[in-house]
Amino acid sequence: MWLPLEIALTHLRNRKRQTLVSVLGVAMGVGFFIAMAALMQGFHVYFVSKVIDVWPHVVIKDEYRSAPLQPAQRLFSDGVVMLRGLKPRDELRGIKDAATEIAALNRRSDLTAAPTLRAQVFLRYGSKDVSATLVGIEPEQERRVSHLENDLIAGNLNALHTAANGIILGDGVAKKAGAVMNDTLSVTSPAGVILKMKVVGIFRTGITPIDNLESYALLKKVQILQDRPNVINQIRIRLSDVNQAHSIAKSIEARLGYRTESWEETYENILSIFVIQNGIMYSTVSAILIVAAFGIFNIISTVVHEKTRDIGILKSIGFEERDIRHIFLIEGLLVGLVGTLLGWALGYGLTRMLGAIRIHNEGFITAEGFILHYTIIHYLIAGGFAILSATFAAWLPARKAARLNPVDIIRGAA
Amino acid sequence: MTPLLEARGVMRVLPGPVPVTLVRDIHFSVQPGEFIAITGPSGSGKSSLLYLLGLLDVPTSGSIYLEGRETSKLGRNELAELRLKKLGFVFQFHFLLPEFSVLENVMLPMRKLGARSDSLMRARAAEILDELGLTPEARKTPDQLSGGQRQRVAIARALANDPLIILADEPTGNLDTKNGRIVFDIFKRLAEQNRQTVITVTHDPHLSEHTQRQIHLVDGSIAGTEHPALV
Repeated sequence: MWLPLEIALTHLRNRKRQTLVSVLGVAMGVGFFIAMAALMQGFHVYFVSKVIDVWPHVVIKDEYRSAPLQPAQRLFSDGVVMLRGLKPRDELRGIKDAATEIAALNRRSDLTAAPTLRAQVFLRYGSKDVSATLVGIEPEQERRVSHLENDLIAGNLNALHTAANGIILGDGVAKKAGAVMNDTLSVTSPAGVILKMKVVGIFRTGITPIDNLESYALLKKVQILQDRPNVINQIRIRLSDVNQAHSIAKSIEARLGYRTESWEETYENILSIFVIQNGIMYSTVSAILIVAAFGIFNIISTVVHEKTRDIGILKSIGFEERDIRHIFLIEGLLVGLVGTLLGWALGYGLTRMLGAIRIHNEGFITAEGFILHYTIIHYLIAGGFAILSATFAAWLPARKAARLNPVDIIRGAA
Repeated sequence: MTPLLEARGVMRVLPGPVPVTLVRDIHFSVQPGEFIAITGPSGSGKSSLLYLLGLLDVPTSGSIYLEGRETSKLGRNELAELRLKKLGFVFQFHFLLPEFSVLENVMLPMRKLGARSDSLMRARAAEILDELGLTPEARKTPDQLSGGQRQRVAIARALANDPLIILADEPTGNLDTKNGRIVFDIFKRLAEQNRQTVITVTHDPHLSEHTQRQIHLVDGSIAGTEHPALV
């Protein structure tokens, strides 16, 4: 065996308890990191995949990101113009020349587009009034831009055509209204039109805000309800490469002028929660590992202190500073390495345990239990960080040991 | 003939608010196979001189030549290599690694040198232990040995890489007369039979009179040299 390794092992063997505590410290850091990362990223990944699945990747809306410039502002573009009491003109809402746009978009190979009219309605069923967003769709086109059909837990998309006035409700909307399949609701729009509509489908996406607010009907029926014939106010787009959502949304907005949102922008507030969540996770776990690193620093400093005599004799024999440094670095590395291996086992066990827990959970994602994300990357990050911090913790005492002057040691002892 | 070891105008000063001169104005040379005692009262700089001669410490001025090579300009790693290959140390306290067996302790310098295969190192270590009458103790750990045995193990370790010079710092200081005698006989044998140079620090006149040459230190400088063996 390599001599420094052998000496390092002897040192650790002779301090079994401290070694064990340090190893366990590292193991816990690694284990908790893996479990927490699996848990947190589980929700994150699940949410993102759900959104990507359920929600169109890009939505073109019938509004502008900023109000158009007033003539005075345009005239004095480099001056400070303040206008009070402005009365902006009521724009006729709706995307102009939508059919041409959709046709143009659909000619592109990297996306498919579908028209929708999205509006607020009241659903009245018995004594209950439920406000909901009613989205008018063309089922044939909608199929190509979202996976609504897969999320139906009752009925089917074609029933929108077969029933006279069909409506597909979100699971949460149906529950709030107390309606079930084939019930007939009266739907009231802000324009004052009332339609009797029959529930021909219920969907559940798992994303609570969607399930609790959205319902679907034929585009034409919604246009009638809103008294806006032939108008659409959103173009839903699905991309073949979802990672392009941001840039494609930007380029479409630059071309059309309409506010165009990628799914990241639509769900920005929720996604930002995940960023905070990750920050909390990384700082918590780093804290655990830093504490573990202190443990390693402590044990190796103690060993260096105790073994000062040995260091003196090894140096007098002819061991170089490098050899001495290696001994103590190896000790740290070994603690880090064994801790990492144990931590991997612990992390695996913990994630399995979390995965086995069944609880009903309704946040913005509905799930039965914890959603976990298993990936080797968590293991590698945790292990890498643990070994790095262990080695660094060993580095300081190792350097001190290597610099000890043998004459001082021998004089002190003799 | 180039001396094996030579000190020329060696001075060692411990820096500090009040600098302390450990040794000064040391001139002497050593030939192969000599058995030399450095004597003197406590605090006369005996051990400091030995550390300088053993390349454990570096002189403040002057230099030490080993086989004609000036050592004061060498780096720490080169000095370590010289210690490993050419020198062997025996201290007042045995300084064995407590977790390793006697055999392993003797093998340490060989393993660091790495010039021999494992089985050859084992054979050589066993041979040295045999010469010093320690074969029955080979598997024991240092704490299972008597003081005399430990000191012999320390000598065995000093001999591991067949050094040119063995430097001993009060090697009998912790031993009774009988064991002290044994250690000195070993040194004598090494010098006479193996032509290995032995330099030992001692303040025991009974032992030092058996050496070939005594270097007497007073207040850090050589006060006189005697050759009792020649008398």
